[in-house]
Amino acid sequence: MDLCGLTIHQLRELLTQKAVSAAEVTSAYLQRIQSIDSKLHSYLEVFAKEALKQARDFDEGKRDFNLSPIAGIPIAVKDVLCMRGVRTTCGSRILENYVPPYDGTVIEALRNAGAVFVGKTNLDEFAMGSSTENSAYCQTRNPWDLDRVPGGSSGGSAAAVAANLCAGAIGTDTGGSIRQPASFCGVVGLKPTYGRVSRFGLVAFASSLDQIGPITKDVKDAALLLQILAGYDRRDSTSVQSPVPPYGERLEESIKGLRLGIPREYFVEGMDPEVAEAVEKSIRICGELGAEIIEVSLPHTEYGVAAYYIIAPAEASSNLARYDGVKYGLRTPDCRDLLTMYRTSRSRGFGPEVKRRIMLGTYVLSAGYYDAYYRKASQVRTLIRKDFLEAFQRCDALLTPVSPIPAFKVGEKSEDPLQMYLSDAFTLPASLAGVPGISVPCGFTSQGLPIGLQILGPHFREDLILRIAHQFQQATPECRRTPPLNEDP
Amino acid sequence: MSEKITREEVRHVATLARLELMEAEESRMTRHLNQVLAYMEKLNELDTSDVPATTHAIELKNVFRPDEVIPSLDRAKALNNAPQSDGASFVVPKVI
Repeated sequence: MDLCGLTIHQLRELLTQKAVSAAEVTSAYLQRIQSIDSKLHSYLEVFAKEALKQARDFDEGKRDFNLSPIAGIPIAVKDVLCMRGVRTTCGSRILENYVPPYDGTVIEALRNAGAVFVGKTNLDEFAMGSSTENSAYCQTRNPWDLDRVPGGSSGGSAAAVAANLCAGAIGTDTGGSIRQPASFCGVVGLKPTYGRVSRFGLVAFASSLDQIGPITKDVKDAALLLQILAGYDRRDSTSVQSPVPPYGERLEESIKGLRLGIPREYFVEGMDPEVAEAVEKSIRICGELGAEIIEVSLPHTEYGVAAYYIIAPAEASSNLARYDGVKYGLRTPDCRDLLTMYRTSRSRGFGPEVKRRIMLGTYVLSAGYYDAYYRKASQVRTLIRKDFLEAFQRCDALLTPVSPIPAFKVGEKSEDPLQMYLSDAFTLPASLAGVPGISVPCGFTSQGLPIGLQILGPHFREDLILRIAHQFQQATPECRRTPPLNEDP
Repeated sequence: MSEKITREEVRHVATLARLELMEAEESRMTRHLNQVLAYMEKLNELDTSDVPATTHAIELKNVFRPDEVIPSLDRAKALNNAPQSDGASFVVPKVI
């Protein structure tokens, strides 16, 4: 049996029936990682010994996991989440040897639920990027075409899930970093509402936008992982107290009668025609499933990129001020004074994209430019947020493409930051508005590259977008494929 | 295209950001920042004079908690990742 091809809920069944042991499952994944990941580089570190030990502990019933749906199941974690006792590099040289003394809240929750941590996955440095090309350590490849990027910044997590190198993974999304790589790799990725999941122990990039979420093989898995991640946490004062509904409960309910909005601003000139075609077909399928399809408008969509690339770098420049070579991270030795130590340590530790964003952020916050840039962008954010609130007066959820293009070639955009930023146009507005979004596979290009459908819902309606995504996925089994990767003999 | 940010300004911003850019880095940075800042001009198409700013997408009131002492990270662990420490504090180059 191909254990690695199974979803979390399928593995759960087998473990419950004792048809297979957690150690067998974990070994199968570890073996596959060993034979395939040298092509993909989705992992920065694999915890072979520890993972097997966690799996055996589960098999021997050393701890009672209370029917947790993920107990004994191998999960990969983006290397931007603090995990006690193992390196958390954020894909940066500046944190090459950083070993957090604590677990982030989501890591703690996964640990308590019995997850087997199989490894830490690659990412754009400090989650800044859309291609995972900005990692200081390696270039993750797209499992569907090794010459192409997996998307980013959670490219390692998405590639690992797509290539069956873990049962499910955790990613983070600031402007699309879960949804876009999920769409590029042909898997499911969910960005929860801002505040739904605690950010404690997530290394901060842009604090008003960062969210943690699941990347999985199907929608059902996304629902059960979100169930474990979601909830209030006193250690993150921006996490929200509202109750967490049972996400899996209503997945099987028909979407008949739901009103789904199609924002015309998401279907623009310059979009890849095969992407447009696949998304339009998906909309028709949702119509056939009984949803009412209406056209809506989110008039400020075209300002999302400009607003985001002011706000996010501004917050980043402030957040990344902590890397000064004092408390942790890289320090240039033998500096004659403190200022020289700060400047040389930071300049050696950060890569070009991180420096660019720190510079951009520092500039837009600096005296004389604050009003023209940061304040202006924050006002435009209000308009973008209002667009969504008004659209959700007219419809239950929105259907859009995740990205205007499928996965691009390694190196194609890395020398042109603005082109890279523009490719995020369809994921950024939801991040600015704080609404939840899910990417679900909806087709393939003629070259065999996956295409993703984005479903956006009102604040805290993850249950609704999960249900729509699940119903869509049930109706389109042909969109769920596995990349043709061969294991080395 | 008129320059939004000069090379001197880039140097000044680098100082504010506690970064040090090499010659080649500085000219690339100037070019890239100009490109991106020119694109940001787009926001001026919108009249936002009566629009309040959003700094937080979810409406939250001030979050308070009781002022209680709870255990926190012990000193040895907190110092563990320091590039240089003396067992009681972080050690840095002479400041004064």
